[in-house]
Amino acid sequence: MTTHSVTPEDVLGSFQTKFPNGITQPRIERRTGGTLKTEFIHLWFHVETRFFKDAVKHLFTFEQYPHFAVTSGYDLGDTIELVYHFSLFHGERGRELSLNMTVSLPKENPMVDTITDLIPGALISEQEKQEMLGVKIRGIPKDARVFVADDIPKDVFPWRRDETGPGKLVRNLHDGDV
Amino acid sequence: MTTTSRTTYQIPIGPIHPALKEPVNFSFEIDGEKIINVDVQLGHVHRSIEWAGTKRNFIQVLYLAERICGICSYCHPMSLALAVERAAHIQVPDRAEYLRVVHAELERIASHILWAGVAAHEIGFDSVLFLTWQVREAVLDLIEYLTGNRITKGITMIGGVRRDITAEMVPRIHKTLQDLKKQVEKLHHVMLDDSTIQMRCRNCGVLTKEDALKLCAVGPTARASGVRKDVRLDQPYFAFGDLDFEYTTPDVLTGEVNGDVYDRIIVRLLEVKQSIDLIEQCLDRMPVGDIVAEPKIPALLATLNKVTGEGIGRMEAPRGEVFHYVRLTGAESLYSWKVRAPTYSNILPWIPMLLGQQIADIPIIAASIDPCMSCTNRVTLVQNNQSTMVDGEQLHRLSIEKTRRLRL
Repeated sequence: MTTHSVTPEDVLGSFQTKFPNGITQPRIERRTGGTLKTEFIHLWFHVETRFFKDAVKHLFTFEQYPHFAVTSGYDLGDTIELVYHFSLFHGERGRELSLNMTVSLPKENPMVDTITDLIPGALISEQEKQEMLGVKIRGIPKDARVFVADDIPKDVFPWRRDETGPGKLVRNLHDGDV
Repeated sequence: MTTTSRTTYQIPIGPIHPALKEPVNFSFEIDGEKIINVDVQLGHVHRSIEWAGTKRNFIQVLYLAERICGICSYCHPMSLALAVERAAHIQVPDRAEYLRVVHAELERIASHILWAGVAAHEIGFDSVLFLTWQVREAVLDLIEYLTGNRITKGITMIGGVRRDITAEMVPRIHKTLQDLKKQVEKLHHVMLDDSTIQMRCRNCGVLTKEDALKLCAVGPTARASGVRKDVRLDQPYFAFGDLDFEYTTPDVLTGEVNGDVYDRIIVRLLEVKQSIDLIEQCLDRMPVGDIVAEPKIPALLATLNKVTGEGIGRMEAPRGEVFHYVRLTGAESLYSWKVRAPTYSNILPWIPMLLGQQIADIPIIAASIDPCMSCTNRVTLVQNNQSTMVDGEQLHRLSIEKTRRLRL
């Protein structure tokens, strides 16, 4: 697929065709900037966990090496959601598309495949999600803490909002409510 | 301490300064003078800012974001503001879009000039360090004139900026920029035409284009390896879509891309010139109008407290792409906030840069990505199971001695 002919709708359609039952909650956001109202576009969708790795592989079909920015994540109670932030088509003025891919993981077994075999630069972000949210990245090449100090208990995950969150470690900081 | 073999020895460097965003600890495996393996550990002083940000209201969190990084004290709160504005569908006034560019480019000039001084210091050119500090001082004075502050500027507001640039302020900006142009020309000559700097920096700390892409490098680190990647151009935010400029890669000056330390110097120095030009374009074209979408803070908070949604804010900070993600749930504070500073993405590219290089090159290679960490606190040399403490000054002296050897 050549970059010149690809619209955000084409990219979304390509994922929907490749994973007919795997893509949900699609959203294309169009915003503008400056007096010329230059448009930029953010594409969002959820992908089923079982298709996630193949969906990341699918990013490579758009000719250019995809840029991985970071993974965000949050605790929704029964599930933990990870938002993988990619972008496509950099290097050509005004054509870059931000692509945000969300996977929803059940709290009782929050596991997802590593993408470091496809994008080695994702390692630190995957390590961070493991230690902050208590998710398991299957196949991660360096299964070690990266930001959280060694003296923080192994069963405390700072971004969790349940009993495994940081509440019991917090003192004198907004009363420790999480 | 990791194991020591008979033919190699380990050098751990760090952990380093606790006030910095991303403290780093290197473990080098050395054979003679040559680095044959590198491991990087992070997070010795993680401050939990993202967690703390979910305990504050939408205005308070801007000031927290401003304190993520002393040098990028504009990019972080502004990226956060961009993310919130997108989640809340707030349209920023045109004049504010131009003002935002001016402040962003002033921050880039101050940062790149500071970096040039640090890079020169790392290889023993302290006279250049003092020259850059003199130039940077004029830029900080201008920032103070425009915002009221030199470092933590307090200029960001969701929906715009907090202070206008009035007609009376414009001549002072032009004068500083004219002076700056002369000083930058001098800096260009000193740093790019000096044969010793070329000997120390050419073919040193090479990052190939392929590695830059695979390891997700950003900013001047990526562009110096030939990756045309700049958020200002790729996905124009603020008023960058109105302005005339191009991607800065080293071949613009030299006709070739080597991806070495010298190319990173070229990219940053060219970008200082580019930033001056962008500010001048903004001053010439700036439309009249409001500087913020909603000037009344209680009204803004009342609106934001009802918003449900998510958004991302991306900016081309001096070191590369800054990325903020927010999730709002109709509450008085963020439900989730993820901050990704450019150094986060430029850590892994350090590894291929350092492999095969000499110990004396560690300071300049480490500095060449302009990391959010500054000092090498101390080094322990372990050879034949005997430890020797070497402090940062000694490591720095090794670098200077190498420069002197090359001059002879």
